[in-house]
Amino acid sequence: MTQLPTKTDKKLGLVIDLDTCVGCHACVISCKGWNTENYGAPLSDQDAYGENPTGTFLNRVHSYEVTPLASSAKPHPAAQTIHFPKSCLHCEDAPCVTVCPTGASYKRAEDGIVLVNEADCIGCGLCAWACPYGARELDQDEGVMKKCTLCVDRIYNENIPEIDRVPSCVRTCPAGARHFGDLGDPDSDVSKLVAERDGMDLMPEQGTKPVNKYLPPRPKDDLPEFDVLAPYLEPVAENPGGFIGWLDKALEKI
Amino acid sequence: MHPAPSVIIFTTLSGLGFGLLVFLGLGMPSVTGWTAFWFFLIGYVLAVGGLLSSTFHLGHPERAWKAFSQWKTSWLSREGICAVAALIVMALYGAGLVFFQSQWAVLGWLGALLSLGTVFTTSMIYAQMKTVPRWHMPWTPAKFLTLSLAGGALLAGQVTLAIVLLILAGAITLATWIIGDGQFAKSGTDMQTATGLGAIGQVKAFEPPHTGTNYLLREFVHVVGRKHSQKLRIISGVLAFALPILLLLLPFSHAIAVLAIASHLAGVLTARWLFFAEAEHVVGLYYGKR
Repeated sequence: MTQLPTKTDKKLGLVIDLDTCVGCHACVISCKGWNTENYGAPLSDQDAYGENPTGTFLNRVHSYEVTPLASSAKPHPAAQTIHFPKSCLHCEDAPCVTVCPTGASYKRAEDGIVLVNEADCIGCGLCAWACPYGARELDQDEGVMKKCTLCVDRIYNENIPEIDRVPSCVRTCPAGARHFGDLGDPDSDVSKLVAERDGMDLMPEQGTKPVNKYLPPRPKDDLPEFDVLAPYLEPVAENPGGFIGWLDKALEKI
Repeated sequence: MHPAPSVIIFTTLSGLGFGLLVFLGLGMPSVTGWTAFWFFLIGYVLAVGGLLSSTFHLGHPERAWKAFSQWKTSWLSREGICAVAALIVMALYGAGLVFFQSQWAVLGWLGALLSLGTVFTTSMIYAQMKTVPRWHMPWTPAKFLTLSLAGGALLAGQVTLAIVLLILAGAITLATWIIGDGQFAKSGTDMQTATGLGAIGQVKAFEPPHTGTNYLLREFVHVVGRKHSQKLRIISGVLAFALPILLLLLPFSHAIAVLAIASHLAGVLTARWLFFAEAEHVVGLYYGKR
Protein backbone atom coordinates (compact mmCIF):
# COMPACT_ATOMS: atom_id res chain seq x y z
CA MET A 1 0.00 0.00 0.00
CA THR A 2 1.15 3.52 -0.70
CA GLN A 3 0.27 4.72 2.77
CA LEU A 4 3.49 5.48 4.61
CA PRO A 5 4.19 3.56 7.82
CA THR A 6 3.62 5.83 10.85
CA LYS A 7 7.01 4.76 12.16
CA THR A 8 9.69 2.31 11.11
CA ASP A 9 11.63 0.11 13.54
CA LYS A 10 14.89 1.00 11.86
CA LYS A 11 15.93 3.82 9.57
CA LEU A 12 18.56 2.28 7.34
CA GLY A 13 20.39 4.80 5.23
CA LEU A 14 23.62 6.35 4.06
CA VAL A 15 25.83 9.07 5.45
CA ILE A 16 27.88 10.75 2.73
CA ASP A 17 30.98 12.70 3.64
CA LEU A 18 31.39 15.65 1.27
CA ASP A 19 34.76 16.40 2.85
CA THR A 20 36.22 13.04 1.86
CA CYS A 21 34.56 12.32 -1.49
CA VAL A 22 37.12 12.67 -4.27
CA GLY A 23 34.59 12.42 -7.11
CA CYS A 24 36.00 9.23 -8.63
CA HIS A 25 32.55 7.86 -9.60
CA ALA A 26 33.49 4.34 -8.42
CA CYS A 27 30.20 4.20 -6.45
CA VAL A 28 28.29 5.03 -9.64
CA ILE A 29 29.93 2.17 -11.53
CA SER A 30 29.64 -0.44 -8.77
CA CYS A 31 25.97 0.52 -8.23
CA LYS A 32 25.23 0.17 -11.92
CA GLY A 33 27.02 -3.19 -12.01
CA TRP A 34 25.37 -4.72 -8.94
CA ASN A 35 21.91 -3.47 -9.74
CA THR A 36 22.07 -4.54 -13.37
CA GLU A 37 22.90 -8.10 -12.40
CA ASN A 38 20.65 -8.49 -9.37
CA TYR A 39 17.40 -7.01 -7.96
CA GLY A 40 14.72 -6.34 -10.57
CA ALA A 41 15.07 -5.28 -14.19
CA PRO A 42 18.60 -4.45 -15.39
CA LEU A 43 19.63 -0.80 -15.65
CA SER A 44 19.56 -0.34 -19.41
CA ASP A 45 21.57 1.95 -21.65
CA GLN A 46 20.44 3.44 -24.94
CA ASP A 47 22.82 4.13 -27.81
CA ALA A 48 25.63 3.08 -25.45
CA TYR A 49 28.35 3.25 -28.09
CA GLY A 50 26.70 5.83 -30.32
CA GLU A 51 26.68 9.60 -30.53
CA ASN A 52 24.23 10.29 -27.71
CA PRO A 53 24.55 7.61 -25.04
CA THR A 54 22.10 7.72 -22.10
CA GLY A 55 21.18 5.23 -19.43
CA THR A 56 19.54 4.51 -16.12
CA PHE A 57 21.60 5.19 -13.00
CA LEU A 58 20.54 4.97 -9.35
CA ASN A 59 23.45 7.03 -8.13
CA ARG A 60 25.07 10.01 -9.83
CA VAL A 61 27.96 12.21 -8.73
CA HIS A 62 27.66 15.97 -9.32
CA SER A 63 30.50 18.43 -8.85
CA TYR A 64 29.96 21.95 -7.56
CA GLU A 65 32.10 25.02 -7.23
CA VAL A 66 31.44 26.94 -4.04
CA THR A 67 32.78 30.46 -3.65
CA PRO A 68 32.85 31.72 -0.05
CA LEU A 69 31.62 35.27 0.49
CA ALA A 70 34.38 37.88 0.37
CA SER A 71 35.40 39.50 3.65
CA SER A 72 37.84 42.28 4.54
CA ALA A 73 40.34 39.68 5.72
CA LYS A 74 39.90 37.66 2.51
CA PRO A 75 38.85 39.91 -0.35
CA HIS A 76 39.36 37.11 -2.89
CA PRO A 77 38.45 33.84 -1.18
CA ALA A 78 39.45 30.72 -3.07
CA ALA A 79 36.63 28.68 -4.60
CA GLN A 80 36.25 25.05 -3.50
CA THR A 81 35.32 22.08 -5.66
CA ILE A 82 32.91 19.74 -3.90
CA HIS A 83 31.98 16.35 -5.31
CA PHE A 84 28.44 15.42 -4.49
CA PRO A 85 27.10 11.85 -4.85
CA LYS A 86 23.30 11.68 -4.93
CA SER A 87 20.96 8.71 -4.72
CA CYS A 88 17.61 7.96 -3.02
CA LEU A 89 17.49 9.47 0.49
CA HIS A 90 14.85 6.95 1.70
CA CYS A 91 12.76 9.82 3.11
CA GLU A 92 10.51 9.34 6.14
CA ASP A 93 7.79 11.39 4.43
CA ALA A 94 8.47 10.03 0.98
CA PRO A 95 6.25 11.94 -1.48
CA CYS A 96 7.12 9.42 -4.22
CA VAL A 97 5.31 6.65 -2.34
CA THR A 98 1.98 8.35 -1.66
CA VAL A 99 1.47 9.51 -5.27
CA CYS A 100 1.81 5.97 -6.68
CA PRO A 101 -1.57 4.90 -8.11
CA THR A 102 -0.94 1.15 -8.09
CA GLY A 103 0.82 0.53 -4.78
CA ALA A 104 4.03 -0.44 -6.59
CA SER A 105 6.03 2.06 -4.53
CA TYR A 106 6.25 1.36 -0.83
CA LYS A 107 8.26 2.10 2.27
CA ARG A 108 9.14 -0.92 4.41
CA ALA A 109 7.93 -0.72 8.00
CA GLU A 110 10.79 -2.91 9.26
CA ASP A 111 13.76 -0.87 8.02
CA GLY A 112 12.40 2.18 6.17
CA ILE A 113 13.79 1.24 2.75
CA VAL A 114 11.77 2.69 -0.14
CA LEU A 115 11.28 0.14 -2.90
CA VAL A 116 9.38 -0.40 -6.15
CA ASN A 117 7.53 -3.63 -6.88
CA GLU A 118 8.26 -3.73 -10.59
CA ALA A 119 5.45 -6.19 -11.35
CA ASP A 120 2.91 -3.54 -10.25
CA CYS A 121 4.61 -0.48 -11.77
CA ILE A 122 2.75 0.99 -14.75
CA GLY A 123 5.55 3.43 -15.57
CA CYS A 124 3.43 6.55 -15.21
CA GLY A 125 6.43 8.47 -13.90
CA LEU A 126 4.47 10.36 -11.25
CA CYS A 127 6.80 9.25 -8.43
CA ALA A 128 9.77 10.72 -10.30
CA TRP A 129 7.80 13.98 -10.56
CA ALA A 130 7.16 13.96 -6.83
CA CYS A 131 10.81 13.37 -5.86
CA PRO A 132 12.73 16.65 -5.43
CA TYR A 133 16.10 14.89 -5.56
CA GLY A 134 15.92 13.17 -8.95
CA ALA A 135 16.37 9.80 -7.26
CA ARG A 136 14.01 7.89 -9.55
CA GLU A 137 14.56 7.17 -13.21
CA LEU A 138 12.19 5.44 -15.62
CA ASP A 139 14.07 2.67 -17.38
CA GLN A 140 13.62 3.18 -21.12
CA ASP A 141 13.86 -0.53 -22.01
CA GLU A 142 11.69 -1.98 -19.24
CA GLY A 143 9.21 0.90 -18.84
CA VAL A 144 9.34 0.61 -15.05
CA MET A 145 10.66 2.96 -12.39
CA LYS A 146 14.14 2.24 -11.02
CA LYS A 147 15.57 3.56 -7.80
CA CYS A 148 18.19 2.82 -5.13
CA THR A 149 17.23 -0.27 -3.12
CA LEU A 150 19.93 0.36 -0.52
CA CYS A 151 21.17 -2.97 -1.95
CA VAL A 152 18.44 -4.82 -0.08
CA ASP A 153 19.74 -7.95 -1.81
CA ARG A 154 23.19 -7.51 -0.22
CA ILE A 155 22.61 -6.19 3.29
CA TYR A 156 20.59 -9.23 4.43
CA ASN A 157 22.31 -11.71 2.11
CA GLU A 158 23.77 -14.61 4.08
CA ASN A 159 25.31 -16.11 0.95
CA ILE A 160 27.99 -13.43 0.76
CA PRO A 161 30.78 -12.72 3.28
CA GLU A 162 29.72 -10.49 6.17
CA ILE A 163 32.06 -7.70 5.12
CA ASP A 164 30.13 -7.41 1.83
CA ARG A 165 26.73 -7.02 3.50
CA VAL A 166 26.61 -3.28 2.90
CA PRO A 167 25.39 -1.38 -0.16
CA SER A 168 27.64 -1.81 -3.18
CA CYS A 169 28.53 1.90 -3.27
CA VAL A 170 29.68 1.83 0.36
CA ARG A 171 31.75 -1.32 -0.16
CA THR A 172 33.43 0.19 -3.22
CA CYS A 173 34.21 3.75 -2.09
CA PRO A 174 38.03 3.99 -1.98
CA ALA A 175 37.94 7.22 0.04
CA GLY A 176 35.69 5.94 2.81
CA ALA A 177 33.26 8.75 2.07
CA ARG A 178 30.14 6.58 2.29
CA HIS A 179 28.78 5.06 5.48
CA PHE A 180 25.84 2.72 5.96
CA GLY A 181 23.84 2.04 9.10
CA ASP A 182 20.72 2.57 11.20
CA LEU A 183 20.05 6.28 11.54
CA GLY A 184 17.10 5.55 13.81
CA ASP A 185 19.44 4.26 16.52
CA PRO A 186 21.17 7.21 18.25
CA ASP A 187 24.03 4.94 19.36
CA SER A 188 24.91 3.62 15.90
CA ASP A 189 28.19 4.64 14.27
CA VAL A 190 26.40 6.59 11.55
CA SER A 191 24.25 8.50 14.05
CA LYS A 192 27.34 9.42 16.07
CA LEU A 193 29.07 10.57 12.89
CA VAL A 194 26.11 12.75 11.99
CA ALA A 195 26.05 14.29 15.49
CA GLU A 196 29.80 14.89 15.50
CA ARG A 197 30.00 16.45 12.05
CA ASP A 198 26.68 18.34 11.93
CA GLY A 199 25.15 16.10 9.29
CA MET A 200 22.53 17.88 7.19
CA ASP A 201 19.39 17.27 5.14
CA LEU A 202 19.06 18.19 1.47
CA MET A 203 16.19 20.57 0.68
CA PRO A 204 14.74 20.48 4.23
CA GLU A 205 12.05 22.97 3.12
CA GLN A 206 10.51 20.28 0.90
CA GLY A 207 9.39 18.49 4.07
CA THR A 208 10.49 15.02 2.97
CA LYS A 209 12.53 14.26 6.13
CA PRO A 210 15.36 12.41 4.36
CA VAL A 211 17.00 9.54 6.24
CA ASN A 212 20.32 9.88 4.36
CA LYS A 213 22.52 12.63 5.74
CA TYR A 214 25.35 14.64 4.22
CA LEU A 215 28.42 15.69 6.19
CA PRO A 216 29.46 19.20 5.13
CA PRO A 217 33.07 19.82 4.08
CA ARG A 218 35.29 20.79 7.01
CA PRO A 219 36.61 24.38 7.00
CA LYS A 220 39.77 24.72 4.94
CA ASP A 221 43.09 25.26 6.71
CA ASP A 222 43.88 28.95 6.95
CA LEU A 223 47.50 29.14 5.81
CA PRO A 224 49.23 32.55 5.94
CA GLU A 225 49.70 33.94 2.46
CA PHE A 226 53.43 34.07 1.66
CA ASP A 227 55.72 33.09 -1.18
CA VAL A 228 57.51 29.89 -0.22
CA LEU A 229 60.39 30.60 -2.67
CA ALA A 230 60.93 34.21 -1.60
CA PRO A 231 63.65 33.50 1.03
CA TYR A 232 65.71 31.68 -1.60
CA LEU A 233 65.48 34.48 -4.14
CA GLU A 234 66.83 37.24 -1.88
CA PRO A 235 70.19 38.71 -3.13
CA VAL A 236 72.93 36.87 -1.27
CA ALA A 237 75.15 39.93 -0.77
CA GLU A 238 73.80 43.49 -0.85
CA ASN A 239 77.22 45.22 -1.09
CA PRO A 240 79.61 42.90 -2.87
CA GLY A 241 83.30 43.64 -2.88
CA GLY A 242 86.30 42.41 -4.91
CA PHE A 243 85.94 41.40 -8.56
CA ILE A 244 82.10 41.09 -8.33
CA GLY A 245 81.95 44.56 -6.80
CA TRP A 246 84.08 46.01 -9.62
CA LEU A 247 81.94 44.19 -12.23
CA ASP A 248 78.74 45.45 -10.60
CA LYS A 249 79.94 49.04 -10.67
CA ALA A 250 81.29 48.74 -14.22
CA LEU A 251 78.01 47.33 -15.52
CA GLU A 252 76.00 50.05 -13.72
CA LYS A 253 78.01 52.70 -15.59
CA ILE A 254 77.36 51.36 -19.09
CA MET B 1 8.56 19.87 -17.39
CA HIS B 2 8.50 17.94 -20.65
CA PRO B 3 5.26 18.74 -22.49
CA ALA B 4 4.21 15.20 -23.47
CA PRO B 5 1.65 15.40 -26.31
CA SER B 6 -0.38 12.49 -24.88
CA VAL B 7 -0.90 14.29 -21.56
CA ILE B 8 -1.66 17.65 -23.19
CA ILE B 9 -4.27 16.05 -25.45
CA PHE B 10 -5.68 14.07 -22.51
CA THR B 11 -6.12 16.99 -20.13
CA THR B 12 -7.53 19.26 -22.86
CA LEU B 13 -10.01 16.85 -24.46
CA SER B 14 -11.09 15.14 -21.25
CA GLY B 15 -11.55 18.52 -19.57
CA LEU B 16 -13.81 19.60 -22.41
CA GLY B 17 -15.68 16.27 -22.51
CA PHE B 18 -16.33 16.08 -18.77
CA GLY B 19 -17.32 19.78 -18.85
CA LEU B 20 -20.00 18.92 -21.43
CA LEU B 21 -21.14 15.93 -19.35
CA VAL B 22 -21.58 18.25 -16.33
CA PHE B 23 -24.07 20.38 -18.27
CA LEU B 24 -25.82 17.36 -19.79
CA GLY B 25 -26.20 15.93 -16.28
CA LEU B 26 -27.81 19.17 -15.12
CA GLY B 27 -30.25 19.04 -18.05
CA MET B 28 -28.71 21.97 -19.87
CA PRO B 29 -29.77 21.61 -22.64
CA SER B 30 -32.73 19.39 -21.79
CA VAL B 31 -32.60 16.96 -24.70
CA THR B 32 -33.96 13.48 -25.41
CA GLY B 33 -33.83 10.90 -28.22
CA TRP B 34 -31.44 11.41 -31.13
CA THR B 35 -30.42 14.93 -30.09
CA ALA B 36 -29.43 13.58 -26.68
CA PHE B 37 -27.55 10.74 -28.40
CA TRP B 38 -25.37 13.14 -30.41
CA PHE B 39 -24.65 15.35 -27.40
CA PHE B 40 -23.65 12.35 -25.28
CA LEU B 41 -21.57 10.91 -28.12
CA ILE B 42 -19.51 14.13 -28.33
CA GLY B 43 -19.05 14.14 -24.55
CA TYR B 44 -17.95 10.51 -24.49
CA VAL B 45 -15.65 10.74 -27.51
CA LEU B 46 -13.82 13.67 -25.91
CA ALA B 47 -13.69 12.26 -22.37
CA VAL B 48 -12.82 8.67 -23.30
CA GLY B 49 -10.53 9.70 -26.16
CA GLY B 50 -8.59 11.86 -23.73
CA LEU B 51 -8.38 9.08 -21.14
CA LEU B 52 -7.14 6.59 -23.74
CA SER B 53 -4.55 9.08 -24.99
CA SER B 54 -3.22 9.42 -21.44
CA THR B 55 -2.38 5.71 -21.33
CA PHE B 56 0.05 6.13 -24.26
CA HIS B 57 2.72 7.63 -22.03
CA LEU B 58 2.64 4.68 -19.62
CA GLY B 59 5.50 2.19 -19.59
CA HIS B 60 3.03 -0.66 -19.00
CA PRO B 61 -0.53 0.32 -20.08
CA GLU B 62 -1.67 -3.32 -19.70
CA ARG B 63 -1.37 -2.94 -15.93
CA ALA B 64 -3.38 0.32 -15.83
CA TRP B 65 -6.28 -1.40 -14.03
CA LYS B 66 -4.08 -1.66 -10.94
CA ALA B 67 -4.28 2.13 -10.66
CA PHE B 68 -7.76 1.90 -9.10
CA SER B 69 -6.37 0.50 -5.85
CA GLN B 70 -4.58 3.38 -4.08
CA TRP B 71 -7.40 5.92 -3.68
CA LYS B 72 -6.45 6.51 -0.05
CA THR B 73 -3.30 8.47 -0.93
CA SER B 74 -2.96 8.88 -4.70
CA TRP B 75 -4.74 11.59 -6.70
CA LEU B 76 -4.01 9.66 -9.90
CA SER B 77 -5.82 6.64 -8.47
CA ARG B 78 -8.74 8.86 -7.36
CA GLU B 79 -8.89 10.34 -10.85
CA GLY B 80 -9.19 6.90 -12.41
CA ILE B 81 -12.00 5.87 -10.07
CA CYS B 82 -13.84 9.18 -10.49
CA ALA B 83 -13.59 8.99 -14.29
CA VAL B 84 -14.94 5.44 -14.52
CA ALA B 85 -17.74 6.20 -12.03
CA ALA B 86 -18.69 9.37 -13.93
CA LEU B 87 -18.75 7.54 -17.26
CA ILE B 88 -20.92 4.68 -15.90
CA VAL B 89 -23.44 6.96 -14.16
CA MET B 90 -23.68 9.29 -17.15
CA ALA B 91 -24.14 6.31 -19.47
CA LEU B 92 -27.17 5.17 -17.43
CA TYR B 93 -28.54 8.70 -17.33
CA GLY B 94 -27.92 9.10 -21.06
CA ALA B 95 -29.64 5.77 -21.79
CA GLY B 96 -32.73 7.10 -19.98
CA LEU B 97 -32.76 10.21 -22.12
CA VAL B 98 -32.00 8.50 -25.42
CA PHE B 99 -34.06 5.30 -25.18
CA PHE B 100 -36.81 6.04 -22.64
CA GLN B 101 -37.27 9.80 -23.20
CA SER B 102 -37.14 10.18 -19.43
CA GLN B 103 -34.84 12.39 -17.35
CA TRP B 104 -33.66 10.61 -14.19
CA ALA B 105 -32.63 13.88 -12.57
CA VAL B 106 -30.88 12.52 -9.46
CA LEU B 107 -28.69 10.27 -11.62
CA GLY B 108 -27.85 13.30 -13.77
CA TRP B 109 -26.81 15.40 -10.79
CA LEU B 110 -24.66 12.57 -9.47
CA GLY B 111 -23.06 12.17 -12.92
CA ALA B 112 -22.42 15.92 -13.13
CA LEU B 113 -20.79 15.89 -9.70
CA LEU B 114 -18.59 12.91 -10.61
CA SER B 115 -17.62 14.55 -13.91
CA LEU B 116 -16.58 17.70 -12.10
CA GLY B 117 -14.79 15.52 -9.55
CA THR B 118 -12.79 13.90 -12.35
CA VAL B 119 -11.54 17.29 -13.54
CA PHE B 120 -10.74 18.26 -9.94
CA THR B 121 -8.78 15.06 -9.24
CA THR B 122 -6.84 15.55 -12.50
CA SER B 123 -5.90 19.07 -11.42
CA MET B 124 -4.80 17.86 -7.98
CA ILE B 125 -2.24 15.51 -9.59
CA TYR B 126 -0.43 18.69 -10.62
CA ALA B 127 -1.35 20.95 -7.70
CA GLN B 128 0.00 18.46 -5.13
CA MET B 129 3.52 18.60 -6.62
CA LYS B 130 5.62 20.54 -4.14
CA THR B 131 8.54 19.86 -6.47
CA VAL B 132 6.95 22.02 -9.19
CA PRO B 133 6.26 25.32 -7.40
CA ARG B 134 4.38 26.83 -10.36
CA TRP B 135 1.70 24.14 -10.05
CA HIS B 136 1.66 23.89 -6.26
CA MET B 137 -1.14 26.39 -5.51
CA PRO B 138 -4.95 26.44 -5.25
CA TRP B 139 -5.16 28.41 -8.50
CA THR B 140 -4.26 25.24 -10.43
CA PRO B 141 -7.53 23.36 -9.62
CA ALA B 142 -9.41 26.65 -10.08
CA LYS B 143 -7.97 26.93 -13.59
CA PHE B 144 -8.74 23.33 -14.58
CA LEU B 145 -12.31 23.52 -13.24
CA THR B 146 -13.23 26.86 -14.83
CA LEU B 147 -11.65 25.89 -18.15
CA SER B 148 -13.58 22.63 -18.18
CA LEU B 149 -16.87 24.35 -17.30
CA ALA B 150 -16.34 27.14 -19.83
CA GLY B 151 -15.59 24.64 -22.60
CA GLY B 152 -18.52 22.48 -21.50
CA ALA B 153 -20.93 25.42 -21.58
CA LEU B 154 -19.64 26.31 -25.03
CA LEU B 155 -20.25 22.75 -26.32
CA ALA B 156 -23.63 22.55 -24.57
CA GLY B 157 -24.75 25.74 -26.35
CA GLN B 158 -25.32 27.70 -23.12
CA VAL B 159 -24.38 31.04 -24.68
CA THR B 160 -24.82 33.42 -21.73
CA LEU B 161 -23.30 31.04 -19.25
CA ALA B 162 -20.42 30.31 -21.63
CA ILE B 163 -19.59 34.03 -21.89
CA VAL B 164 -19.57 34.42 -18.09
CA LEU B 165 -17.49 31.27 -17.57
CA LEU B 166 -15.04 32.19 -20.35
CA ILE B 167 -14.42 35.56 -18.67
CA LEU B 168 -13.93 33.81 -15.32
CA ALA B 169 -11.65 31.11 -16.75
CA GLY B 170 -9.65 33.76 -18.65
CA ALA B 171 -9.16 35.80 -15.48
CA ILE B 172 -8.06 32.75 -13.48
CA THR B 173 -5.70 31.60 -16.25
CA LEU B 174 -4.14 35.07 -16.26
CA ALA B 175 -3.79 34.87 -12.47
CA THR B 176 -2.01 31.49 -12.67
CA TRP B 177 0.48 32.99 -15.13
CA ILE B 178 1.23 36.08 -13.07
CA ILE B 179 1.26 34.38 -9.65
CA GLY B 180 3.00 31.32 -11.09
CA ASP B 181 5.98 33.43 -12.23
CA GLY B 182 6.90 34.14 -8.62
CA GLN B 183 6.22 30.69 -7.18
CA PHE B 184 9.70 29.20 -7.63
CA ALA B 185 11.39 32.02 -5.74
CA LYS B 186 8.69 31.81 -3.06
CA SER B 187 9.26 28.07 -2.54
CA GLY B 188 12.61 28.81 -0.87
CA THR B 189 14.34 25.99 -2.74
CA ASP B 190 17.55 27.02 -4.48
CA MET B 191 21.01 25.58 -5.21
CA GLN B 192 22.10 26.43 -1.67
CA THR B 193 19.36 24.34 0.00
CA ALA B 194 19.56 21.61 -2.66
CA THR B 195 23.24 20.97 -1.96
CA GLY B 196 23.28 22.12 1.66
CA LEU B 197 26.46 24.01 0.79
CA GLY B 198 24.93 27.47 1.19
CA ALA B 199 26.67 27.89 4.56
CA ILE B 200 30.02 28.05 2.75
CA GLY B 201 28.97 30.42 0.00
CA GLN B 202 27.55 30.73 -3.48
CA VAL B 203 27.07 27.35 -5.21
CA LYS B 204 27.66 26.89 -8.94
CA ALA B 205 27.34 23.69 -10.97
CA PHE B 206 30.88 22.73 -12.01
CA GLU B 207 30.50 19.34 -13.70
CA PRO B 208 27.31 17.38 -14.37
CA PRO B 209 27.34 13.66 -13.48
CA HIS B 210 27.52 12.64 -17.14
CA THR B 211 28.58 14.22 -20.40
CA GLY B 212 25.30 13.23 -22.04
CA THR B 213 21.70 13.81 -21.12
CA ASN B 214 19.47 11.58 -18.97
CA TYR B 215 15.86 10.79 -18.06
CA LEU B 216 15.74 13.52 -15.41
CA LEU B 217 16.89 16.26 -17.76
CA ARG B 218 14.56 15.09 -20.55
CA GLU B 219 11.55 14.86 -18.25
CA PHE B 220 12.03 17.84 -15.93
CA VAL B 221 14.30 20.42 -17.51
CA HIS B 222 12.54 21.75 -20.60
CA VAL B 223 13.85 25.16 -21.54
CA VAL B 224 12.83 25.52 -25.19
CA GLY B 225 9.23 26.61 -24.65
CA ARG B 226 9.91 29.27 -22.05
CA LYS B 227 11.67 31.48 -24.58
CA HIS B 228 8.40 32.41 -26.25
CA SER B 229 6.15 32.19 -23.22
CA GLN B 230 4.90 35.80 -23.37
CA LYS B 231 3.92 35.47 -27.04
CA LEU B 232 2.26 32.11 -26.42
CA ARG B 233 0.33 33.51 -23.47
CA ILE B 234 -1.11 36.25 -25.71
CA ILE B 235 -1.93 33.76 -28.49
CA SER B 236 -3.67 31.36 -26.10
CA GLY B 237 -5.49 34.19 -24.31
CA VAL B 238 -6.90 35.50 -27.60
CA LEU B 239 -7.82 32.05 -28.98
CA ALA B 240 -9.19 30.46 -25.81
CA PHE B 241 -11.12 33.41 -24.38
CA ALA B 242 -11.25 36.72 -26.30
CA LEU B 243 -12.21 35.39 -29.72
CA PRO B 244 -14.88 32.89 -28.49
CA ILE B 245 -16.47 35.62 -26.33
CA LEU B 246 -16.61 37.99 -29.32
CA LEU B 247 -18.08 35.27 -31.54
CA LEU B 248 -20.73 34.42 -28.93
CA LEU B 249 -21.77 38.06 -28.72
CA LEU B 250 -22.63 37.97 -32.46
CA PRO B 251 -26.11 36.79 -33.48
CA PHE B 252 -26.15 33.00 -32.91
CA SER B 253 -25.53 30.61 -35.77
CA HIS B 254 -24.14 27.09 -35.77
CA ALA B 255 -21.20 28.05 -37.99
CA ILE B 256 -20.15 30.76 -35.54
CA ALA B 257 -20.57 28.37 -32.59
CA VAL B 258 -18.31 25.79 -34.29
CA LEU B 259 -15.75 28.51 -34.94
CA ALA B 260 -15.89 29.60 -31.29
CA ILE B 261 -15.36 26.01 -30.12
CA ALA B 262 -12.45 25.45 -32.53
CA SER B 263 -10.78 28.67 -31.41
CA HIS B 264 -11.30 27.80 -27.74
CA LEU B 265 -9.85 24.31 -28.25
CA ALA B 266 -6.75 25.66 -30.00
CA GLY B 267 -6.27 28.25 -27.26
CA VAL B 268 -6.63 25.71 -24.43
CA LEU B 269 -4.16 23.36 -26.17
CA THR B 270 -1.64 26.22 -26.34
CA ALA B 271 -2.24 27.12 -22.69
CA ARG B 272 -1.89 23.47 -21.65
CA TRP B 273 1.37 23.15 -23.59
CA LEU B 274 2.65 26.20 -21.72
CA PHE B 275 1.40 24.74 -18.42
CA PHE B 276 3.98 21.98 -18.83
CA ALA B 277 6.71 23.76 -20.79
CA GLU B 278 6.91 26.68 -18.34
CA ALA B 279 6.82 24.57 -15.19
CA GLU B 280 10.20 24.20 -13.51
CA HIS B 281 11.01 21.17 -11.37
CA VAL B 282 13.37 21.72 -8.41
CA VAL B 283 15.57 18.79 -9.52
CA GLY B 284 16.97 21.06 -12.25
CA LEU B 285 18.85 22.91 -9.51
CA TYR B 286 21.20 19.95 -9.06
CA TYR B 287 22.25 20.52 -12.66
CA GLY B 288 22.51 24.28 -12.21
CA LYS B 289 19.46 24.63 -14.45
CA ARG B 290 15.85 25.62 -14.04
